[in-house]
Amino acid sequence: MDKFVISALVENKFGVLARVAGLFSSRGFNIDSLAVGETEDPDISRMTIVVKADEKIFEQVKKQLNKLIDVIRVQDFTGGEYVDRELILIKVKAGSTTVREKIVHIVDSTGAEIVDIGKRSVTVEDSGDEHRIKALIELLRPYGILEIARTGKIALQSDV
Amino acid sequence: MAKITGAEILVKSLCAEGVTDIFGYPGGSVLPLSDKLYGEKALKFHLTRHEQGAVHAADGYARATGKVGVCMATSGPGATNLVTGIATAHMDSIPIVAITGQVKSHLIGNDAFQEADMIGITRPITKHNYLVKDVKELARVVKEAFHIAGTGRPGPVVIDLPVDVQLHKAEFKHPRTVAIRGYKPTYKGHIGQIKKIARAIEKSKRPVIYAGGGIIISAANSELAKFARKANIPVTTTMMGLGAFPEDDKLSLGMLGMHGTAYANHAVQESDLIVAIGARFDDRVTGKIDTFAPVAKVVHIDIDPASVSKNVQVDIPVIGDAKEVLRELNKLIKKGNYAQWHRKIIGWKKDLPLSYKNDSKLRPQYIVEQIYELTRDKDVIISTEVGQNQMWAAQYYTFTRPRTWLSSGGLGTMGYGFPAAMGAQVGKPESVVFDIAGDGSIQMNIQELATVVTEKLPVKIIILNNGCLGMVRQWQELFYDKRYAFTILTKGECGLCPDFVKLAESYGAKGIRVTRKDEVRKAIKDALKEKGPVVMDFHVEREENVFPMVPAGESISNMLHGLA
Repeated sequence: MDKFVISALVENKFGVLARVAGLFSSRGFNIDSLAVGETEDPDISRMTIVVKADEKIFEQVKKQLNKLIDVIRVQDFTGGEYVDRELILIKVKAGSTTVREKIVHIVDSTGAEIVDIGKRSVTVEDSGDEHRIKALIELLRPYGILEIARTGKIALQSDV
Repeated sequence: MAKITGAEILVKSLCAEGVTDIFGYPGGSVLPLSDKLYGEKALKFHLTRHEQGAVHAADGYARATGKVGVCMATSGPGATNLVTGIATAHMDSIPIVAITGQVKSHLIGNDAFQEADMIGITRPITKHNYLVKDVKELARVVKEAFHIAGTGRPGPVVIDLPVDVQLHKAEFKHPRTVAIRGYKPTYKGHIGQIKKIARAIEKSKRPVIYAGGGIIISAANSELAKFARKANIPVTTTMMGLGAFPEDDKLSLGMLGMHGTAYANHAVQESDLIVAIGARFDDRVTGKIDTFAPVAKVVHIDIDPASVSKNVQVDIPVIGDAKEVLRELNKLIKKGNYAQWHRKIIGWKKDLPLSYKNDSKLRPQYIVEQIYELTRDKDVIISTEVGQNQMWAAQYYTFTRPRTWLSSGGLGTMGYGFPAAMGAQVGKPESVVFDIAGDGSIQMNIQELATVVTEKLPVKIIILNNGCLGMVRQWQELFYDKRYAFTILTKGECGLCPDFVKLAESYGAKGIRVTRKDEVRKAIKDALKEKGPVVMDFHVEREENVFPMVPAGESISNMLHGLA
């Protein structure tokens, strides 16, 4: 199974997310992440979907998405040039001053940011591509990750 | 411009779409609409006795006429009763528009009385659906619904209309055109791909055309006949494609697949080139997929890109409308010389014909053959239920024209045939319409006898009464050690079969019972003379089976043949 990134331009209407999500569930396609938001045209939303599938299933995913009346265009980013970002919030255990200092050091050296400091934890924010997010999680894991929230990937085709 | 109510806008929009018949059932959430339809001259309302009857009737009407069928039901249970029929139409790509009432807009989501989320429920079984919350959008929605239902690969569209929106007022203007940026079907095939098909045909030695329901939808039957005859290639059709190519033509192989003819299945399996047109390589056709047509190159012409390479890897795909693509292809085709191939097929036809035991007993295959013999000079439409009755009808009636075969192929819906026959009769009043049924399936929508009697629709119901759910019983006989779990309708704990003659009479229809082979022809002739609906109860052999048969999940080369 490989990961594929598709970007679907859809009508910005109620129920469209349910149509897309319903299509994936009823046909047994796996969604790794799905992020949706308005585009430069308020009537159109962009859905960035990361799909876990083999090549043949992925072809079906694209075709079936295209069949939905509310889907205007499906772009397949896989194999092409594109930029992608994800936003993540990580709440890490930080009971003592030494641990706090170590976390601050990691955050500074990676370019992430601390957005909340509590009595027993700090919350780190970062955005970046998949590799960067993964690296940050691994660096913080030894201190004890309490909670994670992430947006899922968003992507745009590169202008090459 | 004067403002009119949502209900009036809907009725005017339907008329503008050319709708003349609507099948439905009233209820609280469609009261304003029913009121507007009452006495409307241009639009006849057909009151069925169950919402499922209404949706299947709209489907049968659509299949028989090629127009978009329309049905209507109230919110909640009325609407959910349409679900099976909507799914049936969706699986077989049948254009219907189903109008459902909905609770008042402000109550939606409140678990109001007779509320059901029809948009959510029908999302996976419609081509598209609409909840209309603003009366100003209604005219556009209706226009789009008919456009979506009837074009491209057709399918059902639901319009869910809250009862208050039916009463709100707006100015009405029927839109001339539609602009849906996410919906643009491809009709014209890629010429480079079409040239590739022509070259593949020239190179091939054992080609077979595998034609499906897409030929009928696209009205491409004469183009298909021209293609087959010009290129001299044998044609097998799917069950949905019956009538797409005349079965009395010497190039016809009949139907392929699980209960297809042996010669069609053998031809496909030995073929070196399959030209699939408007068909989707359904599992009932292919059997075990990796053993299907093992040496064949596959050409696939279809309007739906998602059907291509879904089940079988396609070598030459062409996305487009069957009629348009065949027209182009026919310009490039030369007469092929496949004498050896045809000889082989003639051999299969001779050695492995469709057959049954033609003895003195009353056998269902004989009845279907006699219906054909006695009506071949007439305009006949055959509707069926699902199971053995359906397969015998498919095998033993000779289909020569499109839109004469109405049967639930994809979903396999028992109870479909009778209301579909009723809808077909409404759309084709001059045709002789038969429903070939079993004693099980006819009981699933038997209430529609009231509709055909009141509306004087002379549908002829042929019950092949074997006192059991024959197809399931057949599988139990072959694969479950003859343990007839819940399939014998005439004895044991679930045993009661009504007296169908008395039942017909209680509705005011004519009932005829036939128990002997030598009574069959006279009974059919009598039924044909009858001006109203007739229920014919044929008491046939219980343990008669449908052969050939490919056991589920096996290669279509491995057919079981009967003992006949």
